Amino acid sequence: MKLATLKAVNAARAARRPIVLVTDVETGEERVVHEAAAGDPLAAAVAEQLRKGKSAMVALDGRRFFLTVHVPPVKLVMTGAVHISQALVPLARLLGHEPIVVDPRTAFASPERFPDVTLVAEWPDVALPPLGVDRYTAFIALTHDPKIDDPALAHALSRDCFYIGALGSRKTHARRLERLRAAGFSDAALARIHAPVGLDIGAISPAEIAVSIVAEITAALRLESGEKQARAA
Amino acid sequence: MDLASDTDILARAEAWREAGKGVAIATVVETWGSAPRPVGSSLVIDEDGNFLGSVSGGCVEGAVVTEAVDVIGSGEPRMLEFGVADETAWRVGLSCGGTIRVYVEKVD
Repeated sequence: MKLATLKAVNAARAARRPIVLVTDVETGEERVVHEAAAGDPLAAAVAEQLRKGKSAMVALDGRRFFLTVHVPPVKLVMTGAVHISQALVPLARLLGHEPIVVDPRTAFASPERFPDVTLVAEWPDVALPPLGVDRYTAFIALTHDPKIDDPALAHALSRDCFYIGALGSRKTHARRLERLRAAGFSDAALARIHAPVGLDIGAISPAEIAVSIVAEITAALRLESGEKQARAA
Repeated sequence: MDLASDTDILARAEAWREAGKGVAIATVVETWGSAPRPVGSSLVIDEDGNFLGSVSGGCVEGAVVTEAVDVIGSGEPRMLEFGVADETAWRVGLSCGGTIRVYVEKVD
């Protein structure tokens, strides 16, 4: 690999730009292909692997190419500088995700409670737009306070983040759905919200709830939709 | 810095190269059966045998690092294949029963 190629890969990763490194494994010839790779002989395979987020070996005209897929690390945006987020931050880091905590209540969003993490002590309408919520983002609402969680969920629903979760009982969630429906969201859009948040593992403590949340995020990230259905059945 | 993530592994490869060191990248390109690390996992190695990342969870890293140091010397990319470990012959391999193919190339 040429140093220039390695630099291009690292620059794309730093800018959260999805790319595929195509390497001819016989000759060592290589190129970096972006998402809109019109004209590249491997454009279809590149698009397919990017969609799956998985690297793979492919053959074309008797030559073998390895496609190394580089998709951005998961950004984990949460509203609520609460107990569960205190447990979620280190777990997210362990998984290679980038945690960001949003809470306008400065008593909660204090650097003492959340050292060394991106902490935004602003209301969601101010805090969220600059965060670049994208399809590599998992979003979680954890405050229990509709004044904070509702506008945050509305923002997440307007973006294509791959996971949206919201804390609260079925009753709380039913009321939340009513409010969001009144705000103009369709049932199909609202079905994207995982609530009660997290896999059902009988979690009780904040740390256990955090584990159930990152487990559900991992499933959303890694399982193909067919696999998800098969496992749910 | 989280040295377990691919971002930091590749960033370190760039930093090592910029510091004038010989560097190789080893990548899992194919797997059969039960393999410990998914296709696309990588290991970066410098000329002194320092390494970061993983291609197998520890089973074959030693052999990959040795080969990588050769690749840094020759500049020729190499495809390595590892199957089931043969305990009696002390051959390196995967105790999990899978097979992996690892592509090792120098960073020019």
